[in-house]
Amino acid sequence: MNNKIILRVENVSKSFGGIKAVSGVSFELNRGEIMGVIGPNGSGKTTLNNLITGFIKKDGGKVWFNGTDITNWPEHKIADAGLTRTFQVMRPYPTLPVYKNLIPPLYSARARRSVGGKQGDRKARAIDLLEEVGFERDAQVPYKLAGSLPLGYLKRLELCRCLALRPELIVCDEIFSGLSASEIASMLPLMEKLRDHGITLIMVEHRLRELFRIANKVIVLNFGEKIAEDEPKHIFSNEKVHQAYFGGEVTYVSEDNGLFASDQ
Amino acid sequence: MQDKRKERIDRGVKVRSDTIYAISSMKEIMYLIGPRMGLVLFLLALPLVLPIYWQKVVSITAVYALLAVSFGFLSSYVGLVNLGGALFVGVGGYISGLLNSAYGLPLYISIPAATLLGALFCTLVLLPCLPLRGIYFAIVSFVYPLAAVRIISATGAFGGTDGIAGLDMIGSGYGSQYFIIVTLLLVTFGVSRLVSAEDIGLIFRGVKDNEQAIKASGLNLTMYKAVAVFIGALIGSFAGAWLAHLYGWVGMSLMATDFSILPLAATVVGGTSTIYGPLVGTLLLVPISEALRDFGTLRIVFYSVAMVFFVVFWTEGLLIYIKRKYEQFERWVRV
Repeated sequence: MNNKIILRVENVSKSFGGIKAVSGVSFELNRGEIMGVIGPNGSGKTTLNNLITGFIKKDGGKVWFNGTDITNWPEHKIADAGLTRTFQVMRPYPTLPVYKNLIPPLYSARARRSVGGKQGDRKARAIDLLEEVGFERDAQVPYKLAGSLPLGYLKRLELCRCLALRPELIVCDEIFSGLSASEIASMLPLMEKLRDHGITLIMVEHRLRELFRIANKVIVLNFGEKIAEDEPKHIFSNEKVHQAYFGGEVTYVSEDNGLFASDQ
Repeated sequence: MQDKRKERIDRGVKVRSDTIYAISSMKEIMYLIGPRMGLVLFLLALPLVLPIYWQKVVSITAVYALLAVSFGFLSSYVGLVNLGGALFVGVGGYISGLLNSAYGLPLYISIPAATLLGALFCTLVLLPCLPLRGIYFAIVSFVYPLAAVRIISATGAFGGTDGIAGLDMIGSGYGSQYFIIVTLLLVTFGVSRLVSAEDIGLIFRGVKDNEQAIKASGLNLTMYKAVAVFIGALIGSFAGAWLAHLYGWVGMSLMATDFSILPLAATVVGGTSTIYGPLVGTLLLVPISEALRDFGTLRIVFYSVAMVFFVVFWTEGLLIYIKRKYEQFERWVRV
């Protein structure tokens, strides 16, 4: 097994009733890269996400993480191995203050190996982590109830919950969705910072322009099948991707970055 | 009326978070601990001022209150609405009774042993239902004591319908009364500290708020739920074992539906999402139900009317109402 490859997904499939949500998807991901997963609505992006992180059972296929077969591991064991995720619908603990939201992940066996087992350590570490993702240390925000946070902060908190585990790979499920352009602009350097710290990222996204600015490679799903895998700048020259996204031939490609073409 | 509105102003000490206060004077300290001190002193004074008959009621009320605390902990802080309180009581009572009658262990050994073994047994039998939560857990856990009663009466195990009589009795002196009251206070304060200040308590609250996030945090959801059920069952089994030796008899009535439902009723009356709500509710309901004993089964009617009143007109419950009045004052201001 090549040590450069952190995640290998081979032929994973999942059907819900008669619908093939994901069928036969395979890819390899190198350590320290950012991989985008794109595709039209209902193309199986989130299901793929759930399959990798163990949140739903696979019908078939295999997943290796760091050379270990994690195909049938339960979700908490996968997270403990360093493969963690954010959720598309944010999942904070609304009745707890923001910094206490980070206590459960910091209590996990994986985090305890790096932070230590004392309660005081965990509180201090929680505040540190919040500062790392852009919460101000002395402001009131970390002490407010998480249920009262605006969306932008919730997304950061979601990411923070992953970071508390000191993960090697984070699967981000539409972390930019619902954010304004300026909020995304402030998230992008954060994602790049994570990559520079050696964290590999899989980003399921609809915001292609922002994604393509940071991604190393992109895979495209349509009706549960992988139809393309390429660098961001080449991906839209693929015929199948055109078909999936625009439903036909593209006759005009804008010159700035070759995206968001329309068939005018 | 249109140009006036009600304004609510916090009169509490400055709170930064739910466990961090900025206290600057003795008055503020008293403001915080006053109500808790009041509860402690009230409970401790009861055996001294009440007549003999009502002293016994206090002991039984304390047993119910323990069950209510167990229910409040599991439902408000772990998200497991447990209507199987009677299972905890019954298992605790039967184990203590068997240890005492069949093996001749004295009650100061049989009660602690029944507490531990009972909690272990209850956790094991509830293990298959732990993937459920909320109302679904309530339905399944409600069935356990009913099934246990049928099994005992059908097989005639543990004395069948007659139960086991002739157990060692707990005396009715001040010693035993204070023991159960102090236990109740320690359990109440312990549980409320667990869920507000201890990290594992925060995980329990996380389990209630969001199971998926707990899994994504690398924590074994089922294990933490099992630990929570074990804590709840410890309290319930102790209550059962104590009750068995208070009556000197164990039987199927230790698995009566009362033990499952009263904590729920107490929570409706006292107020949800606290430990103190169910406690205060029990301290009201059990003595009232005792006072209405002369009316026989008619007291069920009173109970139902009270319940409907609280559900319809006073949803927040007694304790939440008092707490709000204590922490805020209201005034009419011109808009």
